[in-house]
Amino acid sequence: MALTTSAIPPRMKKRRSVTSAGATPYLFLSPAMLLLCAFGLLPILVAAFVSFTDLNIKGLANWSNVQFIGIDNYTTLFTDAAFWSAMGNTAIFVVFGVPVIIGVSLAVALMLNYSQTRFFRFLRAFYFIPAITAIVAVALIWGYLYNTQFGLLNYLLSLVNIPPLQWLSDPTLAKFSVALVAVWRATGLNIIIFLAALQGIPRDYLEAAELDGANSWKRITRIILPLMRFAIFFVTVTTVISWLQFFDEPFVLTEGGPLGATTSISLFLFLEGFRLNQFGYASAGSLVLFVIIIVATLVQLKLRKADDEY
Amino acid sequence: MPRILIGVVLALGAAITAFPFFWMISTSLKPASESLQYPPTPFPQTVTFEYYVQLFTQLDFGRYTINTVIIVLFGFIGMILMAMAGYAFGKFQFRGREPLFVLVLATMMIPVQVTMIPTYLILNGMKLTNTLIGIALPTLVGGFGIFLFRQFMSTIPTEMLEAARLDGASEIRIFFQVVLPMSKPILAVQTILTFIAGWNSFLWPLIIAGEQKNYTLSVGLSLLNQQIAINPPLQMAAASLMVIPILIIFVIFQRYIVQGFTLSGLK
Repeated sequence: MALTTSAIPPRMKKRRSVTSAGATPYLFLSPAMLLLCAFGLLPILVAAFVSFTDLNIKGLANWSNVQFIGIDNYTTLFTDAAFWSAMGNTAIFVVFGVPVIIGVSLAVALMLNYSQTRFFRFLRAFYFIPAITAIVAVALIWGYLYNTQFGLLNYLLSLVNIPPLQWLSDPTLAKFSVALVAVWRATGLNIIIFLAALQGIPRDYLEAAELDGANSWKRITRIILPLMRFAIFFVTVTTVISWLQFFDEPFVLTEGGPLGATTSISLFLFLEGFRLNQFGYASAGSLVLFVIIIVATLVQLKLRKADDEY
Repeated sequence: MPRILIGVVLALGAAITAFPFFWMISTSLKPASESLQYPPTPFPQTVTFEYYVQLFTQLDFGRYTINTVIIVLFGFIGMILMAMAGYAFGKFQFRGREPLFVLVLATMMIPVQVTMIPTYLILNGMKLTNTLIGIALPTLVGGFGIFLFRQFMSTIPTEMLEAARLDGASEIRIFFQVVLPMSKPILAVQTILTFIAGWNSFLWPLIIAGEQKNYTLSVGLSLLNQQIAINPPLQMAAASLMVIPILIIFVIFQRYIVQGFTLSGLK
């Protein structure tokens, strides 16, 4: 069936930009909306309900074993040392991880944008690769690099006479090692976002500044960075959220150890929920995390508003 | 700063960034004894493919690969459902359009940690744990995919659709023969993102898979980490099996991947 615009008589062209057609839109919508409700919205209600019960593996087998226990899960949670330790670890990851990821991605994006030659475009690809490869595979590779007996990193240190490090078994260092993998992975995606924003900056601005005698540093700080405010804001929000949900790297590399030093909130919830089968307790924790994510996002939106006003 | 200096810094950074992948492939081709050697050798002195063979003969990676491919194929069904929803939002006027769309956007904000336990319970209630469908179902459609399709499809000229209707085409036929062919750019982006997401997905398969016959590559790989601690080439061969297809896709479709990420970044 050939369908071309020339076949339409002019008077048939409707002024409306959208069509009203009875049930049709609902038919097109329903499969996706059903799935979205079943696995996007319904779970929140279920989580809220389960968080007030003592649901565990016994309850899963037979719902009559489930008791309504009010806010007990929440009160236990706030006195649970493991929960606070996971909160503390996550806070450390956010406080140190966010600025590092933004700083590194911004610096690399600015450098990549410096020239449009084929060589520079070729280099871009390398920075993107970690962002699209499976975290499990990536974590395994880093685990091998970090190995204390035959890992490459300790060998490289030995070349400059530094004694071997306990990358994943020293509690303090393990935090750094696990976070490093996440930083290495996260920069790729953020570089793409920053590059897209950089390309949206009108060339005239930069040329005018150059004519006025502004050096590269001035052009970056006075023109480029202010114009990239939205991209930087966007990356900050998404990076904070992703650190709040930090899971795969510590799960594969350390399982949260040594001594819980790398247990993030997400990993804590996973272990409580699926290793210890404390579904009610873990649901309470997941709602607390949900609230933290919403608050963190709102605070950032608010700060941005205040920033815009000045 | 002169361009050459920047080029050198960037090249160095690129080499460091890509190095773990080089190390993965190099190690996967070494005999076990060489992989444990100190000092480590940058390139394999003896090249062997025995660990790739082992993955398929002694371990069940053939099945894991097939399962992973099935999950990806399910993902494509989900993509069509998202395209249909995007089309409805983009080209039709109907009661409840605005609130439903807000609802779609709202689902993007919900972290997976909140939904993982209830979704497990829901799937358990549907008797879908320990099945591939159970692995695929929760991530089949996402608010963001619907959003991207809507953005693109609202730019399709309504005249085209009206003409097809005058010719007597059914709504389903219009969607598949007019709308989808006109949406190639967004379909290309979504196809690649769907493939990458399905291929790499980890948390859901880990929670739902249950028995070994349902493992995907990511789950098989994560267990290899625990089971065989002292066989790096085997681990690296398995990691390569997961990473290399993505690298090939990346090289071929780089433009679309970057475009997709850009769209997802600047919504």
